[in-house]
Amino acid sequence: MSTAERTVTPRLPARRARGILGTGAGRAAVGLLVPLLLVALWWAVTEAGVFSPVQLPSPASVVQAGVQLAVDGPLWHHIAISVQRVLIGFAIGGVLGLLVGSVLGLSRWADALLSPLTGAIRAVPSLAWVPLLILWMGIGEDSKITLIAIGAFFPIFTNVYSALKHVDPHLVEAGRAFGYHGLRLLRTVQLPAVIPSVFSGLRLALAQAWLFLVAAELIASSMGLGFLLTDSQNNGRTDRLILAIVLLAVIGKVTDAVLGLVERWAVRRWS
Amino acid sequence: MTALAELSPAARAAASVRGAATTSDAPESLAVEFHDVGRAFPTADGPRTVLRDITLTVEPGEVLAILGASGCGKSTLLRAAGGLDTGNSGEILIGGEPVTTYDPRTAVGFQEPRLMPWRTLHQNVALGLPHGTGRTEGRERVDRLLELVGLDAHAGHRPREVSGGMAQRTSLARALARRPGVLLLDEPFGALDALTRLKMQDLLLDIHARTATTILLVTHDVDEALQLADRILLLGKDPGADPGATARKVLTVPGERPRPRGSAELAALRSELLDGLGVDAHRR
Ligand SMILES: Nc1ncnc2c1ncn2[C@@H]1O[C@H](COP(=O)(O)OP(=O)(O)OP(=O)(O)O)[C@@H](O)[C@H]1O
Ligand SMILES: [Mg+2]
Repeated sequence: MSTAERTVTPRLPARRARGILGTGAGRAAVGLLVPLLLVALWWAVTEAGVFSPVQLPSPASVVQAGVQLAVDGPLWHHIAISVQRVLIGFAIGGVLGLLVGSVLGLSRWADALLSPLTGAIRAVPSLAWVPLLILWMGIGEDSKITLIAIGAFFPIFTNVYSALKHVDPHLVEAGRAFGYHGLRLLRTVQLPAVIPSVFSGLRLALAQAWLFLVAAELIASSMGLGFLLTDSQNNGRTDRLILAIVLLAVIGKVTDAVLGLVERWAVRRWS
Repeated sequence: MTALAELSPAARAAASVRGAATTSDAPESLAVEFHDVGRAFPTADGPRTVLRDITLTVEPGEVLAILGASGCGKSTLLRAAGGLDTGNSGEILIGGEPVTTYDPRTAVGFQEPRLMPWRTLHQNVALGLPHGTGRTEGRERVDRLLELVGLDAHAGHRPREVSGGMAQRTSLARALARRPGVLLLDEPFGALDALTRLKMQDLLLDIHARTATTILLVTHDVDEALQLADRILLLGKDPGADPGATARKVLTVPGERPRPRGSAELAALRSELLDGLGVDAHRR
């Protein structure tokens, strides 16, 4: 690999950095404005007594509910078990999506044989799997993780599959003309060409994983953020319910942002 | 037929200067024979003949320029010779053996640069190295080629960071890295400015003088063909004959390279070629 210096500025038009929006921190600060405004509105509305505390508790009582759950301990368990389920399901679904997507994207036979089936399975709404999975696997971890894996599988599968179908045929032909074929061609041309799509697939898959997590936990569980939702609903604890929603939003956003950074790097590196 | 791989004094001098480090490990140059070659592409209303009845032998070490109007089938003929397109009729032999799919005895400089965007220029040129080239040897060869095409300062750049002409020179270097028996170049200088174009033409002649590889060079520049080629194949439709382009003329270019651009002999040939291309030479 050459280590020659890179002096020429990129020819792609870089986004013009201007004013406060030019820096990452500036954009993050601007992005916080509207949420903060909403919280202020929320606070004002509850302070004015427009809603009863069961309908809409105040921000302070939601924070308090969080602190109490954290001190008593269950909050961490709920978070930990949910994160664990998402990560395991995401990993399983992701790896399978990558493998199956690669096989169907590269082999016309596998494509013809299997794509009607994968298309049909994808058309099944997520919740429809739940009763069957519970029947087969019980209400333990297996059924939940399987559901999450199903959710994570399809975005990655779809992205890898269609990206491999659309790799610039000119580049593939150039690779072949210089003696690359089979696995070497895959490694040298096709895989690098689809890496950006793989990463955007991973991001979508992670979002799906959180979606399916809540579906799984809402229906049958004794722990996790989805359980906290149903449990709070049954006990009329709207403060905890809102706490669970806020936690899902924040954790989902943070994991997405981390993957987003990786994706940005990958797109820069591979395209 | 002109003498093969004639070394002009200038080219020889340049080669000995620049190629001091070069071991002449080029494979033997190979003949390319076209026997009754044709190509028709299927369309909605039946097959459309693009090429027909092309019979021609390119001698080992010869430089053949393929000249013709846009869309007449120059690239198609070149692709057939490289085994990129196997749908042709007739027979193409390289070194007496039929062309195979993606024939490893050939190297192609495509009409478009076709560089891998995720690889640096250096890594892109390295793609052209024959499989099994040693690491150090490969790096040295790529370094030298990048220097020859004037891109050593840009070795670490990505294709999107360089100009179209620079990309095209990288693509030329990638084809040269292969040290092929037959070099197939599809308008390799099309995107270059006049000065760089002359430099790259000289470079190609230097390399040809050093390795004596057989070169098939597609161009639609008559003067380029006159400067570089031993013979010129003029592709085009015969008016009134069957559809499909064929060899209208095969002309031997007189004189040793580098040829004086203004000579009367070349001027006659030039207007004959322009005539063949359908350009009225006197009005140019
Ligand atoms: N894969 C293909 N399928 C159908 N038609 C094709 C195909 N490839 C080339 N052709 C047709 O063959 C003809 C010759 O194409 P070719 O690319 O060989 O032209 P060319 O002489 O290289 O032109 P240019 O100088 O513009 O590059 C064109 O009319 C084109 O439409
Ligand atoms: Mg062409």
